[in-house]
Amino acid sequence: MSNERIKPIVMPKWGLSMSEGKVTGWLKRPGDHVALGDDLLEVETDKITNVVEAGESGVLRRVLGENDTVYPVKALIAVLADPDVSDDEIDAFIAGFVVPAADADADAADATPRYLFAETAAGTIRYATRGEGGPAVLLVHGFGGDLDNWLFSIDALAESATVYALDLPGHGQSTKSVADPSLSGLSAAVLAFMDHVGLAKAHFIGHSMGGAVSMRTALDAPDRVASLSLIASAGLGREIDHGYIQGFVGATSRRDLKPVLETLFADRGLVSRSLIDDLLKYKRLDGVEDALTAISSAMFADGAQSSVLTDLIAAAKTPILVVWGEEDRVIPAAHANALGDAARVAVIPNAGHMVQMEASSKVNALLKDHIGKAA
Amino acid sequence: MSENPFPLSKDDLLKAYRTMRTIRDFEERLHIDFAKGDIPGFVHLYAGEEACATGIMMHLNDNDRIASTHRGHGHCIAKGVDVHAMMAEIYGRSTGACRGKGGSMHIADLSKGMMGANGILGAGAPLICGAALAAKVRGDRGVGITFVGDGASNQGTFLESLNLAAVWNLPVVFVVENNGYAESTAMEWAVSCDSYVDRATGFGMPGVTVDGTDLFAVHEAAGEIIRRARDGGGPALLECNMVRFYGHFEGDAQTYRAKGEVEALRASRDCLVMLAERVVEAGVVARDELHRIDREVADLIEDAVRAAKAAPLPAPSELLTDVYVSY
Amino acid sequence: MSRKISMKTAINEALDLEMRRDPTVIVMGEDIVGGTGANGEDDAWGGVLGVTKGLYAKHGDRLMDTPLSESAYIGAAVGAAACGLRPVAELMFMDFMGVCFDQIFNQAAKFRYMFGGKAQTPVVIRGMVGAGFRAAAQHSQMLTPLFTHIPGLKVVCPSNAYDAKGLLIQSIRDNDPVIFCEHKNLYGLECDVPAESYAIPFGEANILRDGDDVTIVSYGLTVHRALEAATALAKDRIEAEVIDLRTLSPIDWDTIIESVERTGRLVVVDEAHPRCNLATDIAAFVGQNAFGALKAGAQMVTGPHTPVPFSPSLEDLYVPSAEAIAAAVRRTLSPTGSRSHGIAA
Repeated sequence: MSNERIKPIVMPKWGLSMSEGKVTGWLKRPGDHVALGDDLLEVETDKITNVVEAGESGVLRRVLGENDTVYPVKALIAVLADPDVSDDEIDAFIAGFVVPAADADADAADATPRYLFAETAAGTIRYATRGEGGPAVLLVHGFGGDLDNWLFSIDALAESATVYALDLPGHGQSTKSVADPSLSGLSAAVLAFMDHVGLAKAHFIGHSMGGAVSMRTALDAPDRVASLSLIASAGLGREIDHGYIQGFVGATSRRDLKPVLETLFADRGLVSRSLIDDLLKYKRLDGVEDALTAISSAMFADGAQSSVLTDLIAAAKTPILVVWGEEDRVIPAAHANALGDAARVAVIPNAGHMVQMEASSKVNALLKDHIGKAA
Repeated sequence: MSENPFPLSKDDLLKAYRTMRTIRDFEERLHIDFAKGDIPGFVHLYAGEEACATGIMMHLNDNDRIASTHRGHGHCIAKGVDVHAMMAEIYGRSTGACRGKGGSMHIADLSKGMMGANGILGAGAPLICGAALAAKVRGDRGVGITFVGDGASNQGTFLESLNLAAVWNLPVVFVVENNGYAESTAMEWAVSCDSYVDRATGFGMPGVTVDGTDLFAVHEAAGEIIRRARDGGGPALLECNMVRFYGHFEGDAQTYRAKGEVEALRASRDCLVMLAERVVEAGVVARDELHRIDREVADLIEDAVRAAKAAPLPAPSELLTDVYVSY
Repeated sequence: MSRKISMKTAINEALDLEMRRDPTVIVMGEDIVGGTGANGEDDAWGGVLGVTKGLYAKHGDRLMDTPLSESAYIGAAVGAAACGLRPVAELMFMDFMGVCFDQIFNQAAKFRYMFGGKAQTPVVIRGMVGAGFRAAAQHSQMLTPLFTHIPGLKVVCPSNAYDAKGLLIQSIRDNDPVIFCEHKNLYGLECDVPAESYAIPFGEANILRDGDDVTIVSYGLTVHRALEAATALAKDRIEAEVIDLRTLSPIDWDTIIESVERTGRLVVVDEAHPRCNLATDIAAFVGQNAFGALKAGAQMVTGPHTPVPFSPSLEDLYVPSAEAIAAAVRRTLSPTGSRSHGIAA
């Protein structure tokens, strides 16, 4: 049954591996008016807790998703409708709502594998790609991260772009042998990846160390970088919480790793058991400790960042967006202003170093706007 | 001095005599000190059996492994384990070969290829198959020797190991030290076959029986089968018939033995005396040379006992260490 | 990269990767190649359940069939370990430990201590444990408490393919003797496992489910029963934290205590017989170290004090069920119902 005046709110699918989510709290009550972009409810996945925003406006007529209850992706959890739609119509809509079949979903997933692997000059690189047409966007994660750091960004960006997210060498499921652990080495690996997938030019979005890698690429191969979006980026100042780097490299247990990961977020509660487990699984792989040690000694020796690219990148012609979480405890948010007038700057309150996860909708909007203007 | 009629150089003869004398004095000193109550636990003495350990070990280097028995002091000394460390171990001191945690029945020195005396009878046989397997995998020409008494020769571990070594063609020599008694039980009663050679044959390997009190006989037979094993010819069994001068353990009144049995054996089959007489009679070694060794060994044992008694006991914290490499 | 494979495949892969990495790793056991000396295929069996299938083709003579002679070959594995190899010996069914236990608990476990810290014995003894296979009394036991009792041994019992691979690799790299217990009813269970090598450190329990109302501690097959129970309890708004011990020696006391201090309730599930097992051990430890946190007596859910029966109808009653675990949880929540007597599950 379709009724254009009744709009379903369903359990969202964030990122590549989410199959279900738990409703942990409603931020609107039945009867509330909801505007586009309002925070509706909080959903906890096995990775992280995030806020679901309204994609349309209307009155919140029914709340079906109960707190502390797990629903599959695309299950109906609430109904928005205009005030004059009758309760009977809404009941009929709910009764007739069909959750898309899991099989169809699985088929779709099979058609587009969650992860792909590229055999590049820099070794095996894992990546994911989403969306078709529009400008090409390349997501570059930070130190110790992987492409799942873009969990809440990749699908949103893919609405108007062809998005690639990769695991840098030594990270995620890419090769653990890092031939050259410097910024230039990692930048060369990114270019090798672009060559492999036939990407002549892309809008670079880099987080933390990935921001520095993106800047290095823009300086070394300016014709391959359409724009830069630097999120909590390295390379814009000397300061970095070296305790975080050392703690991350050294941690071998859940107990050691948890406090380290908590420094990444403004809200420490976002560090879920599953987030820790996934990182431990990565850190246990043969070669990871050596790779991380090599990279951290190349980039963060003596407790400070080795490469500050501020002057060089400010002089370059590339359009730059700088985004920071105000409560970043790994790289100070003050670095957001390092480029002065050379960049658009947004500092987001109540968010930490993983601002693209903690304030995903705000960050996604900034990124889309920046890419749209630069394209 | 006359021309040497023996297959061993004079140097080797003197070394062998020194080894046997060291074992003898070590054990006799323990016999005395144990009776005085100076030594905790219990000890099993190798006195009377010295020619067997010595004749075999002369063919081995530190890369070759042996697995010993509860009666292991002689094997240790012949394999080159430090006498001071052994004595200190038997006294339960922190300077002992096992820092006082093993005692008489567990003296080991892996750096010398001595994989431990063993309190479990027959347990050494599977272990030495493993040592021989390691040598074979590495291709380093190492051999493994395991000792069992006539008693433990009835253990399943020993018999299974004969089969395993034959099936895997391992460089192992199984030495049966047949002193006639499993503790107090006579070998004639407890062992079902008449000859260990038959047992070896049953497992598809050569078996040799020698007079274990004759250093030359042991040395010659062991030399042949050890060489064979080293060259990839597979395992063999060596039975050494020998005599036990003391009881199963110290304090054993040996009432199961005939009156005068031990005295007669000491008079007629003392391997140390027999060796001394032969080499002196042949004019290869002067009696004075042996006496000088006797004095040196006596001093060594005296010094080892003095040092052991003076050495500190293990610190209380030692109770909890060395259980795991890491935990 | 990661893919879904069974626990059986994960174990095979761990052996393969470690044999490739380290030439001192050898693998031995009865029929682990299969058909040695016979006239048929070179690699006829790959172990009775095919766990080592395919490894002979890759590693040749480093994979060794043994005579049916557990005392001899387990002892040989121990001896070879003391002489510098890293042998992995398969004991087919752990119940066969009876005929070679001396080589494990009197030899391997004691070398280091007895020899004053001058020996190391990096041997892995792996074999099948557990009931539910219609294999009757001598092929079905959960003898983990026996091994856990012995100082010098490490005891591992994975509940899934990911853990099995990482824990077996750690077992092989570990410098102490390890008893690696594989629950035969988990061999077919699949989960995501990286293709690469990785080692899971010993002594770190895995928390499989978060909950604030009760702590359920288990290992091996019964971990899955505990999760089933937790799912059922969640329908009644009872949130159970489920802890998978992974290794029984060393054991992760901190994780257990931290959880109980938060939940105030403890249910320990052990497939082993009820006396002197992991359940009694953990309940006693928590009683001694976190008594103040307990809101109810700790509950133990175990197999009964009987041999494992053959008839399926009886055997199904033997292994702790999700229902029994859920009932035990409810006892911790009921002010009067926390007493349970008797030695049956």
